[in-house]
Amino acid sequence: MKRKFYFTFVVTLALCLALLVGCADKPSKPTGTAPIKLGGIGPLTGGAAVYGIAVANGAKIAVDEINALGGIQFELNFQDDEHDAEKSVNAYNVLKDWGMQILVGTVTTDPCIAVAAESFKDRIFTLTPSASSPEVVKGKDNTFQMCFSDPYQGIVSAQYIQEKKLGSKIAIIYNNSDAYSTGIYEKFISEAETRNLEVVSTTTFTNDTANDFSVQLQEAQNAGADLIFLPIYYEPSSLILAQAKATNYEPKFFGVDGMDGILEMENFDTTLAEGVMLLTPFAADAQDERTASFVKKYKELHHDVPNQFAADGYDVVYAIYEALKDKDVTAETPASELCTQLIEIFTNDKFVFSGLTGNNMVWSKNGEVAKPPKGMFIENGVYVGMD
Amino acid sequence: MKRLRLRTNVDNWLTYGLVIVAYIAVRLLLAGGNISYALQGQLVPITVYIVMAVSLNLTVGVLGELSLGHAGFMSVGAFSGAITATLLELLADTTSTTWIRLGLSTPWIRLSLAMLIGGIIAGIFGFLVGVPVLRLQGDYLAIVTLAFGEIIKNVMSILYVGYDANGIRVSMDSANALKLDEGGTIIMNGPMGVIGITKLSSFTAGFILILITLIIVLNLINSRAGRAIKAVRDDKIATESVGISVWRYRMMAFVTSATLAGAAGALYALNYSSVVARKFDFNTSILVLVFVVLGGMGNIRGSIIAATVLTVLPEVLRAFNEYRMLTYAVILIAVMLVRNNATLQHVYKQIGARLSKSLPTRKKGSEV
Repeated sequence: MKRKFYFTFVVTLALCLALLVGCADKPSKPTGTAPIKLGGIGPLTGGAAVYGIAVANGAKIAVDEINALGGIQFELNFQDDEHDAEKSVNAYNVLKDWGMQILVGTVTTDPCIAVAAESFKDRIFTLTPSASSPEVVKGKDNTFQMCFSDPYQGIVSAQYIQEKKLGSKIAIIYNNSDAYSTGIYEKFISEAETRNLEVVSTTTFTNDTANDFSVQLQEAQNAGADLIFLPIYYEPSSLILAQAKATNYEPKFFGVDGMDGILEMENFDTTLAEGVMLLTPFAADAQDERTASFVKKYKELHHDVPNQFAADGYDVVYAIYEALKDKDVTAETPASELCTQLIEIFTNDKFVFSGLTGNNMVWSKNGEVAKPPKGMFIENGVYVGMD
Repeated sequence: MKRLRLRTNVDNWLTYGLVIVAYIAVRLLLAGGNISYALQGQLVPITVYIVMAVSLNLTVGVLGELSLGHAGFMSVGAFSGAITATLLELLADTTSTTWIRLGLSTPWIRLSLAMLIGGIIAGIFGFLVGVPVLRLQGDYLAIVTLAFGEIIKNVMSILYVGYDANGIRVSMDSANALKLDEGGTIIMNGPMGVIGITKLSSFTAGFILILITLIIVLNLINSRAGRAIKAVRDDKIATESVGISVWRYRMMAFVTSATLAGAAGALYALNYSSVVARKFDFNTSILVLVFVVLGGMGNIRGSIIAATVLTVLPEVLRAFNEYRMLTYAVILIAVMLVRNNATLQHVYKQIGARLSKSLPTRKKGSEV
């Protein structure tokens, strides 16, 4: 018995040591001038890890490209927050100890609200790739968004549907336990009212009940809906598409940027998504040179097609680079001074940024980005512009 | 009997001493600027988890009933505390009575009121859950508390609370359904939770809450009622046969535990600028249960140490990058193995015996 215990103990110890050795590789430091320290926060583990990993990979590619150009050098330290506000603030404090000068993050909304309150207090410039609630930037002059805000998507969706006469009877299925989904829904419904769109059915689900949508689809069908608006992420959307197909119910589907990623989903029959419309700032098979080169690099490094989160992460780093490239900033510049400079640049009308997720982006004083949304529909398994 | 009481007293003072010494040490380090931002940011969560662990230990260790929904009480306390604090702040701006305004603009008064109300409301929920459930036997309490935690999570994520000139408005439908006047504020916004909380919590407040918790829990355990509670745990039938109301003492422990969890929840919510219902899920309940199990069932000092170490540990392990949570799990398993090892337990007992032998001599010495 005793022997057995020692055996177990030794094996556990050995495993621990093996882990220590396995993690020895540190992020590669660029040569030459001392780099500016970019901190990144996002979920690298847990249920929302898809988004955090994509942002981290995208940002890493941008940092490597910029460092190869010479001139300003960046060093990126990306910390995990498990999509949890408490862990996110912990990660933020770890980055502060490291000497972070600019924050790339946080990837998800609730953690970002908590972290932005801290970075506002500490005067650290914050540019979030994908935290889309207006609460993220509200009342904080140092926080800016790279993505559309949720209400904006709701308004634009209603506008698209009305102007292009996509449907006369609309059904909505949304996740009422999710801030992103609820945020878009609320603006959509009020905009639909002012635009005299007829919403015939509104049904909800929660994170815990996102496995079966037959009830919601049945209700939409009974109400005679010819367009279903899905302000939700792509995983539940894929189930909705499959279940609608199984019951021979064939309305049009209209999604928002959360729908992006559906074509890259494993084991998803892309013919189901045929004709689905969505608003997204990024399409991985766009023909322009920058997107093509980014997608190629991403595929080489991570054996995966980048989604819009990866593109957002890439754009965030480039936006910071564009803002700082002619400025006299070094690794010694205090974070608060960088913060003041960057706020000035970002709120200046002359600062226009074009990246993977949109051309001619400008930022308002309150930190929201203005960029034209791209309406897409899926044809033969690829995105095609709606206009 | 005298010797037993002496031992408990010494034991309790050791627990208080540990907490007070740790507090003074951290204060000194803070004053000297020797603590990293990472640890500074964790001081309040550590105090919260200590209170959570000690309060759950009352249910699991002392009462002997498995509760899997402790985060539910934390959630109730967190949201009622956050709403109270926000309302009090609004009230402080609008009231015309000078002393109320002065009182409410003092942060620690708002914090104490928020924790008090968070605790009371969580206690009421504890009572409501306890009324039917504590009459059950076996694993039913575990199942119902598990369900309670999930229900609270789902209800909180569709709850909308607003405040305007007409008072407080509540809806379970949407923010628009609140129909607030111009100038009204949405305090709690469904899945987005409570946003824009003024940060009121501090390490000192957490320390005081730990002391209050310890005073309540240790005195309860060592009182007549506490002995009845332990008797219920050890043999329910024998306890009933001597005329002790099993239900009453179970209720006493359970409601106390829920109240303290609610106060801890309020302290937690007021430490961040936003709080969402998703945080207080099954995983958080299990996390607190892990603190209790690793610290030792019924061992209050163990809970305090386990909560502290296991809260700090994932942050210390950040150096491991993506292997962080794996390492955390391996360490948990290793601790479990070491704790339950017969040889080591024998060593602990010997040390314990030696210590207790030296106690009566010291007592005699003081009497002379």
